[in-house]
Amino acid sequence: MELFWYIVLVTMLAIYVVLDGYDFGAGIVHLFFAKKEKDKKAITSAIGPFWDANEVWLIAAGGVLFFAFPTLYASSFSGFYLPLIMILWLLIFRAIGLELRGQVHNSLWELIWDKAFGIASLLLALFFGVALGNVVRGVNLGMVENGVSTQEAHYFFLPLWNASFSPQAEQLGIIDWFTLFLGVVSVVALTIHGANWIIFKTNSSINEKLKKTVFILNFVLLALVVVSLLVWHIIEPDPFHNFIKYPLMWIFPIITFVGLFGLFKVRTFKKHGMGFLFSSLFLLGGLSSTVASIFPKLLPSTNDLNPSLTLNNVAAHDYGLSVGMNWFFIALVLVIFYMVIQYRVFKGKMDDVGYGEH
Amino acid sequence: MEDMLFYDRMQFAFTITFHYLFPQLTMGLSLMIVYFKWKFLRSKLEKYNEAAKFWMRIFALNFAMGVVTGIPMEFQFGTNWAKFSELTGGIIGQTLAMEGMFSFFLESSFLGLFLFGEKLLGHKLHFVTGLMVFLGSWASGFLIIATHSWMQFPVGYEILENGKFVLNNFSALFSNPWLWPSYLHNQLASVITSSFVVAAIGAFYILNNKHSEFGKLFVKTGVVFGLISSILVAFPTGDMVAKNVVKYQPVTFAAMEGIFETEQGGSEIVLIGQPNMLEKKLDNKIAVPNILSFLTYQDWNAEIKGLNEFDAKDYPTNVPGLYYSYHIMVGLGTIFIALMLVATVQLFRKKLYKTKWILWSLLFMLPFPYIANTTGWYTSELGRQPWLVYNLLRTSEGASPTVSSGNTLFTLLGFIGLYLLLGLLFLMLVGKIINKGPHIIKH
Ligand code: HDD
Ligand code: HEM
Ligand code: HEM
Repeated sequence: MELFWYIVLVTMLAIYVVLDGYDFGAGIVHLFFAKKEKDKKAITSAIGPFWDANEVWLIAAGGVLFFAFPTLYASSFSGFYLPLIMILWLLIFRAIGLELRGQVHNSLWELIWDKAFGIASLLLALFFGVALGNVVRGVNLGMVENGVSTQEAHYFFLPLWNASFSPQAEQLGIIDWFTLFLGVVSVVALTIHGANWIIFKTNSSINEKLKKTVFILNFVLLALVVVSLLVWHIIEPDPFHNFIKYPLMWIFPIITFVGLFGLFKVRTFKKHGMGFLFSSLFLLGGLSSTVASIFPKLLPSTNDLNPSLTLNNVAAHDYGLSVGMNWFFIALVLVIFYMVIQYRVFKGKMDDVGYGEH
Repeated sequence: MEDMLFYDRMQFAFTITFHYLFPQLTMGLSLMIVYFKWKFLRSKLEKYNEAAKFWMRIFALNFAMGVVTGIPMEFQFGTNWAKFSELTGGIIGQTLAMEGMFSFFLESSFLGLFLFGEKLLGHKLHFVTGLMVFLGSWASGFLIIATHSWMQFPVGYEILENGKFVLNNFSALFSNPWLWPSYLHNQLASVITSSFVVAAIGAFYILNNKHSEFGKLFVKTGVVFGLISSILVAFPTGDMVAKNVVKYQPVTFAAMEGIFETEQGGSEIVLIGQPNMLEKKLDNKIAVPNILSFLTYQDWNAEIKGLNEFDAKDYPTNVPGLYYSYHIMVGLGTIFIALMLVATVQLFRKKLYKTKWILWSLLFMLPFPYIANTTGWYTSELGRQPWLVYNLLRTSEGASPTVSSGNTLFTLLGFIGLYLLLGLLFLMLVGKIINKGPHIIKH
C-alpha cells in the first residue's frame, strides 16, 4: 500500500517536472534568447494556456504527500522552511510576470514583467535542482549536536547555507557545492527541455538558433551527468546497491541515456516534437534513477543516531490509504481526460492558434 | 514559545484572509457567467455573450490571484503547522488531496479552454467549458469546507497511542453534520459577493452614462441574484450554522452573542454593546429580551448558557474579536437584505435605473460583502480557538517545532510586502478592464 502511494507520488512529481519544466525552460530561453517582441510573444503563447494546469501537478503532488506520508510532509516542509517559502514567492512572481505583462502596453512595464518571469523561472529551475540534491544528500534528522538529538527524531531545520558549503559537514545547509551542482544540472536540462517545447509549439524566428543551442548544451549536459555520477560516490559510498539488488531498476538510467543520446539528433528531426520527447525521457529517467538509488529511503538521515525517513515510518494509516485508492483512480481518469481535451484543442503551433488575442 | 505561535498565527490569518478575497468572487461569478452565457444561447442576443465575456476578463485576473495566493496556503500546513499536519494529515490530507485531484485540475484545464477557446469550440461547447469551471470552483469550496468542518467537528476518526488521528470512516467526512449547512451558507455568501460586484459595476456605468445598456443588465442581474442569495444566507442557512454552534460549541456561541451570564426565563438578543472582559459584562448594551432564545430554540423561555458556566481556559481566546466579527456579519447581512429588497421593488416598478440613491448605495456597497465574508470566517476561526481540532488538539500543540519566530516573522513580512504589491496591481488592472467596459465587436 505504501509502495503504491510512493509510486504515485514519484510519478506525479516526475510529471510535474516534465510539464512545469518546459515552462521554466521556456522562461529561461525567454530571458536569454528572445530579443524580438514577436518571439517573446510566441514563447508566452506556447505556455499560456498550460502553465496553470501544469502547476496543479505540484499542488496535487503536495496534497498526495500530505495525505499519504504526513510525517514526511510535516518534517520536510518545516525543515526546508525558508527555501520553500522562497519557492512560493518565486512561483508568484513568475505567474504574475506571465499574466500581467500583456495587460498594459508600455515598454517599461513589459520589461519589468519579462525580467520577473525570466529570472523567476531561472531561479526556480536552480532551486528545484538544489531541492533534489538536499533530498538525496540527506539532512541532520533530530538536529543532532555533539551526539544528542535536540529535537524529536524526525524533525530538523536547515539554514540556507553553512560557512563550509560542504555536503559532509555535521551542520548542513540547503546550499552546498553538491546541491548547487545539481541545481546547475537542472538549469541546463530544463533550458534544453524548454527550448525543445518552443521549437515544437511555435514558428518563432529563433527556432533554428535554439536547435543549435540545444545541440551544444547537450554536450554540457552529458558532461555534467558524468561528473554528477562521480560526485555521487563521494556522498554515497555505494551508490549502485539498489540497482544490484533490484536489477529491474536499470530501466530508469537506460531511459535517461536514451533521452540524452536522442537529443544529439535534434538538428535533423523531421517530426515536430521529437526533441521534446527525448528531453522528457531524460528528465523522467533522471529523476526516477535518482530517487530509486535511495529507495526505500525518502529522506536519509546524515547522523547515526536517528533513522532515515523511509517508506514505512512516514506513511499514514492503512484504512485511509486504501480508501484513498478508490477516489484516486476516478480522479486520475478524469485528469487524463481533461489533459487530452486540453492538448487536442490547443494542438499545433500556438502562434497560429492566435492564443492571447482576446 | 508563546510569540513563536503568534507569528505563525498572524501569517496564517493574513495569507488566508487575502486568499479568500479572490475565491469568494470566483465561485459566485462563475455561476453568473454561466447564467449570462446560457441566456445568450437561449436568446441569441449578443449583449449576453459580451456580458459573459466582460466578466470572464475580470474572472481570469481574479482567478490568477486566487491560484497564486492559494498555493502558499497548502504549503503552510507543512511549513508552519508541522505538528498538526503530522498528527492529522491522514484525515485532512485526504480531503485536501481530493481537492487537488478533483477540482484544481478541472478548473485550471477548463479555464484555459474557456478563456481562449470560444472560436475553436463554438458557443455550445464554450458554455460547457464555463460550466466545468463553475463545477470545479464549487467542488473546491466543498472539499475545503469539508476539511474545515472536520476541524470544527471531528468525525470518523480514532486516536492512536502515539497521538495520531487516523481515519476509520471515510463517508463520515462527508456526512458531517457541520459540513452541509456551512457549505451552503458559504457558497451563498460568495454569490452575494458576486451579485454586489456585478450590481456595483452596473450602477457605476449608469451613473457615469457610459455603457448604460450593460449597466442596466448588470444592475438587474445583480439585484435579482443579490436578493435571493441575501435572504437564503440568513435564512435558512445562517440559522442552521448558528444552531450547529449552539449544539456543538456552546461556549463559542455564548461568546459570539456576548452572553456572560446564563439568564433564567430566556435570553435577550444583543444589538449593540461592547464586551468588557475585565468585569465580564457588556458595556453600553441595547438588547431585546427573549428573542435569542426564540431564534435558537423556537421557545421564548429556553435557557442559553452564558460564559460563566464554562472553564475560563476553554473560552475562545479572543472573545471581543469573536463578538464583533459575528455582529458585523449579521448586521451587514441584514443591511444587504434591506437594500436588495428596496432595489427589487424599484426594479418591478421600472424605476430602478432612475433612482439615484439606490444606484449610489449599490456602488458604495461593493466592499461590504467582502467584509461580511471575512468577518464570517473570523467568527468561525476565532470561535474555534484555543483549539485546532475542536476539543482534541490545541493550537499551541500544532505549530512547527523547529521553525523559529525570527524566520516566521521574516516570511510574514515578505508575504505582507508581496501581497500589497499584488493587491495594487490587481486593483489597477481591474480598474482598467472596468474603464474599458464591455463592447460588442461587430464582425
Ligand atoms: C456575505 C457574507 C455573509 C453574510 C451576510 C452572513 N454570513 Fe454567516 N458566514 C459567512 C458569510 C456570511 C461565511 C464567511 O461564509 C462563513 C464562515 C464559515 C462558513 O462556513 O461561512 C460564515 C459563518 C457563520 C457562522 C459561524 C459558523 C462556524 O462557527 O463555523 C454563523 C453562526 C453564521 N455565519 C451565521 C450567520 C447569520 C445568522 C447571518 C444572518 C444574517 C449570516 N451568518 C450572514
Ligand atoms: C477563507 C476563509 C478563512 C479565513 C478568513 C480564516 C481565518 C483564520 C484566522 C483569522 C486564523 C487565526 C486564528 C487565530 O489564530 O486566532 C486562522 C487559523 C487557522 N485556520 Fe483558518 N480561515 C479560513 C479558512 C480555513 C480553512 C478552510 C482551513 C482548513 C482547511 C483553515 C485552517 C486554519 C488553521 C490550520 C489555522 C491555524 C491555527 C489557528 O491559529 O487556529 N482555515 N484562520
Ligand atoms: C487553508 C485553506 C485553503 C487552502 C490550503 C487553499 C488552497 C488553494 C490552492 C492551492 C489554490 C490554487 C488552485 C489552482 O492552482 O487552481 C486555491 C484556489 C482556490 N481556492 Fe483555496 N485554499 C484555502 C482556502 C479556501 C477557501 C476557504 C475557499 C472557499 C470556500 C477556497 C476556494 C478556492 C477556489 C474556488 C480556488 C480557485 C481559484 C480561485 O477561485 O481564485 N479556498 N486554493
